[in-house]
Amino acid sequence: MSGKLKGKKKRKPITLTDVILYLVFAVFALICVFPFYYIFINTISDNQLVGRGQISVLPRGIHFNNYVEVMKQRGLGQAAFISVARTVVGTTLTILGSMFLGYAMSRPEYWRHKLWYRYIIVTMYFNAGIIPWFLTMKNLGLTNNFGAYVIPGIVAPFYMILYKTYVESIPASLEESAQLDGAGYLSRFFRIIFPLSKPMFATIAVFTAVGQWNSFNDTLFLIKDSKLFTLQYILYQYLHEAERLAERMRSGQAAMIAERGSTLTSTAIRMTTTIIVVFPVMCVYPFFQKYFTKGIMIGAVKG
Amino acid sequence: MVKGKKEWQKPGFKLFLMTVPLLVMVFLFSYMPLAGWIYAFYDYRAGMKLANCDFVGLKHFISIFNSPVKLHSILRVMKNTLGISMLNIIASPLPMVVAILLNELRSVRYRKTVQTLTTLPHFISWVLVYSVAFSMFSTDGLVNQVLMGLGLTEKGVNFLADPNHTWLKMWGWNMWKVLGWDAIMYLAAIGSVDREQVEAAQIDGAGRWKVIWHVEVPALLPTFFVLLLMSISNIINCGMEQFYVFSNAMNKSSIEVLDLYVYNQGLGSNQIPYATAVGMLKSVISVTLLAMANGMSKTLRGESIF
Repeated sequence: MSGKLKGKKKRKPITLTDVILYLVFAVFALICVFPFYYIFINTISDNQLVGRGQISVLPRGIHFNNYVEVMKQRGLGQAAFISVARTVVGTTLTILGSMFLGYAMSRPEYWRHKLWYRYIIVTMYFNAGIIPWFLTMKNLGLTNNFGAYVIPGIVAPFYMILYKTYVESIPASLEESAQLDGAGYLSRFFRIIFPLSKPMFATIAVFTAVGQWNSFNDTLFLIKDSKLFTLQYILYQYLHEAERLAERMRSGQAAMIAERGSTLTSTAIRMTTTIIVVFPVMCVYPFFQKYFTKGIMIGAVKG
Repeated sequence: MVKGKKEWQKPGFKLFLMTVPLLVMVFLFSYMPLAGWIYAFYDYRAGMKLANCDFVGLKHFISIFNSPVKLHSILRVMKNTLGISMLNIIASPLPMVVAILLNELRSVRYRKTVQTLTTLPHFISWVLVYSVAFSMFSTDGLVNQVLMGLGLTEKGVNFLADPNHTWLKMWGWNMWKVLGWDAIMYLAAIGSVDREQVEAAQIDGAGRWKVIWHVEVPALLPTFFVLLLMSISNIINCGMEQFYVFSNAMNKSSIEVLDLYVYNQGLGSNQIPYATAVGMLKSVISVTLLAMANGMSKTLRGESIF
């Protein structure tokens, strides 16, 4: 917070409470992060040692072969492509759709403004339920194709409100001068408003991208064609295979399956895929934290 | 209103026209599914045309209460839904506590680091949470290795396939995922606490805990109440992805929440009309609860949530 306050606090002696607080938060942070570290060291350690459960704090026998092998697995490269494609295309469409609508809704001269604004906002508070939604998607032909991933999210009411609120904070005079020069709505949006709204753009872009990357339900409901499976869905399949395998191993039926472990074990596939799926999120989110906070604060105010 | 110009010649109408495709999408994806409620009144089966199906009126609604099997499973599912939601509601002061304590950390850098690390689970999907859970708690996961290493157990226990304490485990995973993130909301609110009040209290001899209790907590309570009301009104909406991902043959009866039940009935057992009827009741109840929460907020705090 304020620098004055920081200076004051520093002069106070460190008490036992301070020490305890530091420790408690160290433990909390460790609980949140350690599982990822644990999975990571297991993917780069000797698969034999991993199989015997001997890797828990430090990696041993470091190699990156698992990553090379996993990408060769059937369907995984394709799934990675689909995940990246839906994130890029979906995020672009949502940004264009929701931000332009937010801009349009920030203009009081919008035809029947109140009516249409309510028409959009109301949809945040009711939900027909998953089965009618599924049937609608089916009737619209949005099953078993890429459109099912990117089209339904184009208008996101929440982002629209965020953006509308933001645009309203931009001085109207900036746009008025362009209006006098005869610029239409589209060119005013793209040439004046859009470049001025970088923080909000970043917030919406990252929220949407993370949402697209993480999305699982839409594949589960709408996609039967394995060529369109995402990384999340493939990982889910691996996990449930692994679970079934573990059950069988426990009952002694599948001792041989464990034997082929020398090259690529099911544990290695599962853990390596997990790291591949987490990695992009991990790279992106810390840099955008200040934008996130700003975003949810505006959200909290307008909610 | 400027007279003389026709409605469709005004710039506002042009702007409206530009957004028509977007408004159509809102209609398609948010309003059209409501028309799908009609399926609850027909004996519809996947692959058939609705026009060829028999209209059966309220049959599927009545069957919820008339068929002992269905009634029994609905009661079980409602118990799971309310149980898990109640655990989350009971724990709702936790993010506020975390935020207050985080604010007490002297080093801003340390606080920011903790904040960054603890918000990570919020950004990963439930599938990934399950993968983490699998690596930690399955038969040959880390926890079992440690337990066996300490000689506490002989054989690994698969905590994920174990049907006991399912609600608590689901609550725990949810906490792991959202606690750090939810605290940020309160942290921002603490940032706006009146500094003069804090300093005045300190001059009056209030220690750290007194300042927290008499100045910061009252300042955070409005935020807390809004969020509490929201979660109470969402009590039957605890989502489906988490429970779908964590469910297996062993824990199925205690993990099946309302949304998962609707999914299993509708798309798993192909009972679309029945599942639609259950989902419809759910939607109506949750909108009612939301309206009630809003009304309560209006009378208690003089302002609505939305």
